[in-house]
Amino acid sequence: MNILLFLIMFPFVVAFVLLGLPTRQYAIRKFIIIGSAIVLSGVSIYLASQYFSGGPRYFSFDSTGVDMAILFAEMVFAGIIAGLSVKHKQYFTALLMLTGAGLMLGYEIGLGGTVHAEEILIVDNLSLIMALIIGVIGCLIALFSMNYMKTYHERHPEVKDRTGFFFFIIFAFLGAMYGVVFANSLVWLFGFWEITTLCSFLLIGYSQQDEANRNAFRALKMNLLGGIGFATAIILLAYNDQVTQLNQLSGLSTLLPIALLAFAGLTKSAQMPFSSWLLGAMVAPTPVSALLHSSAMVKAGVYLIIRLSPIFAFDTGAAAVGIMVALVGAVTFVITSFLAISQTDAKRVLAYSTIANLGLIVVCAGVGSYQLFWAAIMLVIFHAVAKSLLFLSVGSVEHNLGQRSIEHMDGLISYMPKVAVGMVIGILGMFLAPFGMLISKWAALEGLVNSNVALTIFVAFGGAATLFFWSKWLGKIIMVKSVPADFKAHISRSEGFSLGSLAVLTVLVCLSFPLISRYFLEPLIETIYNQTYLLGAGNTAILLLMMGLMLVLPLTLLRSGKRSYRDQYLAGANTGSEQFHGSLGTNHSLTMRSFYLKNVFGEDKLFNLSVVICIILILIMIGVGL
Amino acid sequence: MKESLWILFAVLYVVLAPFIGGLIAGVDRKITARMQGRYGPPLLQPFYDVFKLLQKENMAVNKHQQFYVLSFLVFVVVAGAIFFAGGDLLLSIFALTLASVFLVVAAYSTFSPYAYVGAERELLQIMAYEPMVILTIVGMYMVTKSFNVVDIAAYDGIMFLKLPAIFLGFVFILTIKLRKSPFDISMSHHAHQEIVRGLTTEFSGKELAYIEISHWYENVMLLGLVFLFFASNPILALLVVAATYFLEIFIDNANSRLKWQNVLFSSWVIAFVLGAGNIAILAMLI
Repeated sequence: MNILLFLIMFPFVVAFVLLGLPTRQYAIRKFIIIGSAIVLSGVSIYLASQYFSGGPRYFSFDSTGVDMAILFAEMVFAGIIAGLSVKHKQYFTALLMLTGAGLMLGYEIGLGGTVHAEEILIVDNLSLIMALIIGVIGCLIALFSMNYMKTYHERHPEVKDRTGFFFFIIFAFLGAMYGVVFANSLVWLFGFWEITTLCSFLLIGYSQQDEANRNAFRALKMNLLGGIGFATAIILLAYNDQVTQLNQLSGLSTLLPIALLAFAGLTKSAQMPFSSWLLGAMVAPTPVSALLHSSAMVKAGVYLIIRLSPIFAFDTGAAAVGIMVALVGAVTFVITSFLAISQTDAKRVLAYSTIANLGLIVVCAGVGSYQLFWAAIMLVIFHAVAKSLLFLSVGSVEHNLGQRSIEHMDGLISYMPKVAVGMVIGILGMFLAPFGMLISKWAALEGLVNSNVALTIFVAFGGAATLFFWSKWLGKIIMVKSVPADFKAHISRSEGFSLGSLAVLTVLVCLSFPLISRYFLEPLIETIYNQTYLLGAGNTAILLLMMGLMLVLPLTLLRSGKRSYRDQYLAGANTGSEQFHGSLGTNHSLTMRSFYLKNVFGEDKLFNLSVVICIILILIMIGVGL
Repeated sequence: MKESLWILFAVLYVVLAPFIGGLIAGVDRKITARMQGRYGPPLLQPFYDVFKLLQKENMAVNKHQQFYVLSFLVFVVVAGAIFFAGGDLLLSIFALTLASVFLVVAAYSTFSPYAYVGAERELLQIMAYEPMVILTIVGMYMVTKSFNVVDIAAYDGIMFLKLPAIFLGFVFILTIKLRKSPFDISMSHHAHQEIVRGLTTEFSGKELAYIEISHWYENVMLLGLVFLFFASNPILALLVVAATYFLEIFIDNANSRLKWQNVLFSSWVIAFVLGAGNIAILAMLI
């Protein structure tokens, strides 16, 4: 238990130390960040090695004092945020914040004396997997940020250098995420949940420019709305059923709290109609996006829905709620996959793809059969690794090319070979066999055919769009082009380390998925569902064989066969490499533009429609709960 | 059937598929010629072409493209081998998708405008046919309760009777997969439609031969999928396969190329109406 408390508290301590450090103390800050990253990832791995076998464990202790401290902290935060909101004339946000805080205050005064969570903390294989994601990937992102933020401030002189504050929030975020995944007491869970909301608000608004502030408040508003749902659920649970713990949610007298918790999960995981906050979050420095998308924030949202998943599976009443949740996920998956086709900004493509993948996780968790439970968690793992790799690579490319539009990534493999290879690994990991996401998508398809065939139709169409937008990006990166002599890419050591580790990790996670399944997922599923799931042994072998081929085939690149090289065919108008005769004797360089199909898949065509559909679905979901 | 027998099938596929595929291509060219009022090349012409290509000088735009083309060939063979070994149909299709992406990427890597447009159009084609392929497999699972080709082939009854709409939908997108007009937007074998051959513009000699051989492998596997719909009656199944291929040749010669919008929309509407519709009816009956 002490390890759990350590993992929750330690990042907060580091955060405050970093906050206190003067901005210019680069060396000391670097030392602290590297040190604590090593500690956090090391302890997370140690924790996993200690607890991965033997089913869920709960820890009880008298938490009255801590509960009061959490409540007090919430009130202080609420005051600060409400003040900030009023200052920025965001009165609605202030109202939401105060409502949420009021609900919790009312809960503690009204019911806090009578009902108490006994088992405060939980550790099972799901929270261990989450802890590993937070510890390893979160820390790699923190390492990457050290030099990134330095370059960021050199390039954006208009932004005030608040690097200390930046890392304060990053570490507080990590601490809060540990809190979310280890909390069994709903009050604790909610407390940390709200801290992640506030941290992402502060990170999105980091640059304090108008757009950043606007988007930060939008994110805050949507997540506070979810928070109000969460708080209401806590009150209802305590009032109706005297339930205060995450592990007691089955067999309730009403379904409304489940629907409200699912609602909170949907807002945090940026499902439609709440997707806009995650897209708006792109104004923040790129490591923030990587953190929000891979190991923190949105993963908290799907984590909660995955926790509800067995209830959707076993409770026939709750199954109706679960289906609505799954439908929201399904619509989100299809529409955001379509929207990703029409985006030119690499970060927006990544953002839409994140939302789409979260949608797929929500589909799996909403239906909740044991196969889909397996698929959902696998999706979380694979997505976290590959997506953080992709975001950080885009960050590096942006700093070197000064652009993050996909159109400017032509020939990246020639310009920045190492980063490009990392990016290729990330992209392959997102959609192609035999890599991670496809394995889980496959399991998802198998699971859905057995439980809810209609949902396979969504997966079929969304999957096709996914293939399109990833492949056309991949094509841009791997074009072989000549590089201007004066171009020199600069990747700092810490950035290179993070990128390299994540690339290796992406491949390793794919290669070792049978082991992850065997030692982490199957025991977990066994305890919940009394049956286990794994793709058949034969299929696993074939997948590993294909993966082996994918690793071996590039070796043929080393072979220097007898070949003569020619320029591209340019209808006979070539005037040297990658150049051609234009009209009136001009000389043109070859450039190419990709398909974005904005007339078919543009945001203006699809966005509003799907928002309306999803709002209706969510209203039905809450209606079912009533 | 015994497991070893299925492995024998896979080996036979790897060895024989290029010959069968090449023969089919020869017959295709012959029939096409007759439809156009020509005499046509000898039956074995596709083999002569490929042998000739293999002997040509090794020319390329860059070092990478041969690696991608080779990977394309390898994974097409893997996909077919999984299929004919009676393995998981989804896995087989995923391997085929991986192969297709390698071909697209090969074209992209050349940084050539013609290949580039071909690659993008090829991706559109993949996006167009993919949903129907997945829904076909879902339909087969609903009937046979298995994703394994072994079990699907062992289904006692004509699967077509349960999946008539899905069969039609599959034949529809088969036109794209077999690169037949009106859906051959990424590259066409009709000289009147394009002089520079889209996707394959920058490939010559050995690479072009690989691509041709891969298509033979791929076509045999796709016709194997058609076979599955009637597998309980092998003779009927073979007749249907022949009839389907003849129909595709006929469509090929009776149409000229469509715009990409038509390809995408028609395939998706077909997938939604025929594919999802068939699945919905099946779900209600079960």
